Order: sequence, then structure tokens, then C-alpha cells
Amino acid sequence: MNNSIEITARSVEEALKKALQKLNLTEDEAEIEIMEESSKGFLGILGGKMAKVKVTAKLDPLLSTKKFLTEVTGKMGLVAEINSSCDGEYAKMEFIGENLGILIGRRGDTLDALQYLANLVANKQNQLTPNNESKRMRIILDAEGYRQRREETLIRLAQKMADRVKKTGRKVVLEPMNPQERRIIHTALQDEETVQTISEGTEPFRRIIIKER
Amino acid sequence: MEELVKILAEALVDNPEEVQVLRRDEEDKAIIELRVAPEDMGKVIGKQGRIARAIRTVVRAAATHENKKVIIDIID
Repeated sequence: MNNSIEITARSVEEALKKALQKLNLTEDEAEIEIMEESSKGFLGILGGKMAKVKVTAKLDPLLSTKKFLTEVTGKMGLVAEINSSCDGEYAKMEFIGENLGILIGRRGDTLDALQYLANLVANKQNQLTPNNESKRMRIILDAEGYRQRREETLIRLAQKMADRVKKTGRKVVLEPMNPQERRIIHTALQDEETVQTISEGTEPFRRIIIKER
Repeated sequence: MEELVKILAEALVDNPEEVQVLRRDEEDKAIIELRVAPEDMGKVIGKQGRIARAIRTVVRAAATHENKKVIIDIID
């Protein structure tokens, strides 16, 4: 993945130009390290030193993440296209294809695991330069509209359970969910006047309890 | 499946050329041994094994049609 070359030439400018040309990059797309400056020798002939530069291609985090996901799904035996859209620091990547159930897994387990790994890959370069904290990318993966469907299911579940609490007066304990899913439930019931939601337990077994206020 | 482990590991570490993957098959299970450079161990294990767990989840999903239990051994 590391696209890097070292070029020696009579001047730094010349070496840089050659290196960029070889890697087919512009100056913005490259990281440049001057390893040796050139110096003129006696009468410009004797003892002159050549300039040496090292040029490394900066990787576009979105492109490298997309490539990573394409390779992974390929090795999983799936044929899927990736539709990506970017909004600020958030990049949504959706797999389009057939039989992607295996990619989603039980309750989205597999999709969440892959999403976690994709975020590591997307931010790998940032970790090398921690001063660029603000450039952190957040990747959201989806397949076959799973996230949307899951959100609708959770909202329906929240309302049903809230009704049960109102009717029976007894609390309802939901099964463990990840933070994103818990947030959907909290949000769905935040305007309820007679019931409230709280989270209990430690990750990954943290779960929501719906009870009377 | 071992190729999938290799791709995942290579994408996460700083020294992809030092990633080695070996598959051993036993009766009902496949054992995939993963070796990375010592300084990259944290990159494939993660805090409280979170990265290792994610790798296992993805590989296990890929292995569902193989009808075999898959064990990923990260070797130091």
C-alpha cells in the first residue's frame, strides 16, 4: 500500500519533479522528504553532491477504505458494489448486491464488526500524525438498507414496550444493544410523560430498562 | 478464509509485509494462525481484544458455508 520512491538528481527541484511524474501525483497528493540537498562542487564538476528526495503517495482514506471493503467482501465470496456518499466527517458506504445477509449477521453483528475495522483502516494514517485529530473520518456501513429497517423495528419495539409498562405498571428490561441502538430507543421515548428509559450494565451487555416515571 | 484473515491483518498493521497466515485443519475445525510484527500486535488485538473480536466475527461469517468451526490464533 505504501507507494513511495527515492529519486536522486542534480537539484532538489529536479528530483521532486521526476518523483512526482513517476508516481503520477501532484505536489498536494504527496508527502515529500528531502534526504540530501545538492551542493555544487569545485567549478561545478568536482565533489558536487546530488540531491535526493523521497516521495510518498498520500492515501485517500475513503478510497483505501473502499478498496479494503471490496477485497474483504470478495474474499467472503460475495458480489457486492459499494455506494458511498460523504457528508463532512461522515462517510456512508452501502453494499449493494444479492444474498448480503451473511454480511449483516445476527442483529447486525458482522456489519458492526466490519464497520469497526473499516473505521480503523480509514483513520490509520491519522494515527501516524496525531496532530490532525480533526480529520478523523467516521465510516457508517450499511447493506440492503439494514440500518433503516432496524431503526424502524426498534422504534416499534420501544413503543410496544412503553405501552406494556403503562398498562401493567411493571418495568420492562430489553435485551443488550450497542450504543447506537440504545440511542434510537431513548430518542423514541424521550417525550413520553409517564414512562422513562435508563441504561444499565456494562458493555457489551448494557441494556435499556423502560419503567414508570 | 486464511486469505481473508491476511487481508484484514495487512490493512490494520504498519508492517504488512510481516503478516503471516497459516491454516491447519483438524476434524471439525480450521485453525488459522496469524503472526504479525511484535510492534503490530496491538493493531490486531486492540483494547480488551476488540479488534481481534471484530476480525473473528467477520471471518466466522465468511466461514458459515464451510460448516467448520474457525479458530483464529494470534501468535506472539
